[in-house]
Amino acid sequence: MRHLLSCADLDLTSATAILDLAEEMQQVQSRPVKKLPALRGRTIVNIFFEDSTRTRTSFEIAGKWLSADTINVSAKGSSVSKGESLRDTMLTLDAMGVDAFVIRHSSSGAAAQVASWVRAQVVNAGDGQHEHPTQALLDAYTMRQHFRRIGAEGFAGKRIAIVGDLLHSRVVRSNVLLQRILGGEVVLVAPPTLLPTGVESWGCEVSNSLDAVLDSCDIVMMLRVQRERMAGGFFPTEREYTETYGLTPERLAAMKPTAAICHPGPMNRGVEISSAAADAANSLVLEQVAAGVAIRMSVLYHLLGSDEGAMH
Amino acid sequence: MADPATNTPTPPFDSRVVADATEFARALTRMAHEILEANHGADNLILLGIPTRGVQLSQRLAALIADIEDTPVRQGELDITMYRDDLRANPTRNPGRTSIPGSIDDAVVVLVDDVLHSGRTIGAAFDALRDLGRPKAVRLAVLVDRGHRQLPIAADTVGRTIQAAADERVAVLVSELDGHDAITITRTVKEA
Amino acid sequence: MTTATTTAGNLLITGAQLADGTTTDLYVTEAGTLADPADTPAGVQRFDAAGLLALPGLVDLHTHLRQPGREDAETVESGTAAAARGGFTCVHAMANLTPVTDTAEAAEYVQSLGERDGHCEVRVIGAVTKGLASEELAELGRMADSAAGVRVFSDDGKCVSDSLLMRRALTYIKTFNGVIAQHSQDTRLAGASACCHESEWSAQLGLPGWPAQAESIIIARDVQLAELTDSRIHVCHVSTAEGVEVVRWAKKRGIKVTAEVTPHHLLLDTPLVAGYDTTFKVNPPLRTNEHLEAVREALADGTIDIVGTDHAPHARQDKDHPFDVALPGMIGLEQALSVVMEVMVNTGRMDWPTLVQRMSVKPSEIGQVATQGRPLRPGEPANLVLVDANARAVVDAEASRSRGRNNPYHGRELPDPVVATLWRGAVTYQR
Repeated sequence: MRHLLSCADLDLTSATAILDLAEEMQQVQSRPVKKLPALRGRTIVNIFFEDSTRTRTSFEIAGKWLSADTINVSAKGSSVSKGESLRDTMLTLDAMGVDAFVIRHSSSGAAAQVASWVRAQVVNAGDGQHEHPTQALLDAYTMRQHFRRIGAEGFAGKRIAIVGDLLHSRVVRSNVLLQRILGGEVVLVAPPTLLPTGVESWGCEVSNSLDAVLDSCDIVMMLRVQRERMAGGFFPTEREYTETYGLTPERLAAMKPTAAICHPGPMNRGVEISSAAADAANSLVLEQVAAGVAIRMSVLYHLLGSDEGAMH
Repeated sequence: MADPATNTPTPPFDSRVVADATEFARALTRMAHEILEANHGADNLILLGIPTRGVQLSQRLAALIADIEDTPVRQGELDITMYRDDLRANPTRNPGRTSIPGSIDDAVVVLVDDVLHSGRTIGAAFDALRDLGRPKAVRLAVLVDRGHRQLPIAADTVGRTIQAAADERVAVLVSELDGHDAITITRTVKEA
Repeated sequence: MTTATTTAGNLLITGAQLADGTTTDLYVTEAGTLADPADTPAGVQRFDAAGLLALPGLVDLHTHLRQPGREDAETVESGTAAAARGGFTCVHAMANLTPVTDTAEAAEYVQSLGERDGHCEVRVIGAVTKGLASEELAELGRMADSAAGVRVFSDDGKCVSDSLLMRRALTYIKTFNGVIAQHSQDTRLAGASACCHESEWSAQLGLPGWPAQAESIIIARDVQLAELTDSRIHVCHVSTAEGVEVVRWAKKRGIKVTAEVTPHHLLLDTPLVAGYDTTFKVNPPLRTNEHLEAVREALADGTIDIVGTDHAPHARQDKDHPFDVALPGMIGLEQALSVVMEVMVNTGRMDWPTLVQRMSVKPSEIGQVATQGRPLRPGEPANLVLVDANARAVVDAEASRSRGRNNPYHGRELPDPVVATLWRGAVTYQR
């Protein structure tokens, strides 16, 4: 595997290998010396055209713990304001001998475009409304840990509800693609105005009612609802949204006893998720954050561990 | 040719057995005694097997030692994939497991591997240990020493010394993974 | 950099086949007109056109020449050289230039560039509104009365969104028999960032969707305003089945509407944007197959009157951005005939006389260009293209006479029909 641009770049073998290695990588977090030499001498540039402290930091730590030289470039607005094209910005950095770019951009497809221009390897750290593959991987990792704790193995037969703004979410696309590989059954829940066009073709169950599917799901993943969507007329009021689609204490109580809650963050407490749910014993939110570094270490290792840039 | 993941030679190459299950078991038993003798008992010992087959050998040695001394001995796994000096030159390997039973600080760590050849694996294992703590001493136990060292490394305990040519592959088979215990030599270049 | 336009005439083209299947010789006089071959003087240059088709020169009602303002992207010289390469003898320069063609002076300037540098006739399209801002009418009458004689008005690239302003414009242009060429896009349904046909593809790629109805809603409004005002509306680049249906309905009702389709909307489909190659970003966006089938059928049956290229060259730096930021548009003059042959003629959907109607006669009528789209017979202007219907070639973007390299057909094997183009009797292109 040369780049990780989309979860569609993965297959069962590579996805499983990434999840398995992440378990080993998570052990490193508890070691006295948090350092593995695997990527010694490699240079990774984290270039973020859009702010994301959480994702950028976890990629930076992941690279450093694998002994790579990681450099952060905050490129928000910089190139466009200078009139430089994205291609020129990336080719300039590429010419400095970078081994890999971790790129976040507000435009869909930016990572794929960059991959077509540069010599370096590219990891998509979120492109517009398209994909965020490492988020989906860390979601899957966290879910897998949860399933093991309740004595289950694997994703087969597991129902994963993804609830909220599916139209503008890159997380949902990556999760749907990844679960298509891992075997989980995704249930998409959103107001009709926040469902993507042609969502019927995604091969997922689609519902406009959280209550109708809640008690059958093993994972309930709540997505952030941005307040500006309300102004855009996607739904009438925050109150109506919360009442219909929010994970309220009542809905928390209606979940399967073994079910768990995920949220890719940042959370709007009181809007899509109540504090009771966010802080519940079966909330995996902090586990997701903790898994972020391990998953990104695993991804970087699989991409950059060998000069062949190939995984088997 | 061999599958790097299992170290198992694939046909049609000529393979001959140089130690059968009985000789294999005899060698391991002697190694267990030697480890105990050198360490003056099982106190403070940690056996760390190097994947793949070092792990099974380390488990067997730990069981033998526990049997002899009638006390459990700490045993774990030390994966060195990420410390290999040829990591980049080869296709990406999926690293094995590292699991250390407690702290290695001030313990006597016995690294256990199947075949000692160039010594590079053990060199990498020293680097891996350094990231895990500071043992009081590090010893090396190998089932087979086949020579051709590229680093100044010697084993403290050796099950069997085999003179093998450079184009021959010495393989340790363990029943847990391979169905039976044996040491084999395989010619890696098929002659016309 | 391109074949210089030679001095006109004194050329006998022999054995050419006309669109109707008859074979004839064509004598091109020094005056740039066709004359009876029997009157050919001795010793004139002869061109053996046996096996070739002779068609009236093609006319494009929708061309972005970028001069004045973005000469790095295209000039009148380079754009019309590309036109000649594609068999065109007349193009219509869209108004979205810098400055915008919204005054008589600006129109006359573009006209003068055409006269000075053109490898074909350059007709000027005037803006409907000042600065294309959709707020106040541009100087429609002064542009009509100017030396440029503007008859087609368009804010292309932008939609005249305001219904009242559109009504006034339609009413106003009647006095000089003008026509408004509308870029039909409801900018609320398909906003500035919309860049992918709203479909499974836009959802999967995470690109802002451009629904078909954002086009058909504006067409429906405009044809009704044309009916209300008894004026003429031309629908630029119809790209959707819904748009076609509205035009069909309006024509049945007797409304004075004409419609155009681009070569790319006939051939290229939405999945091409899956790699986020901004060459394939165009507005309106590439549509899915059912829409392609609808516009092909409409072009065959005459619901869509003409092919217009929407030739839109861009400098590389304006395309090397993220997909939703890069400028929309693709070039098309050189491959327009190739694409129409591939999609319409070689598939048996359309015969050659109909192609001549769609690419020469009708565009001349809409643009009111008296000297173009004429039959190839004595007394008519010698504007013609010689076509080898069997030649094919792989398109190379670098080989283009246009300054634009945003060629969506790059690497694709297509008919390569144009052997020679003659404008006013002069050879403007010869293979």
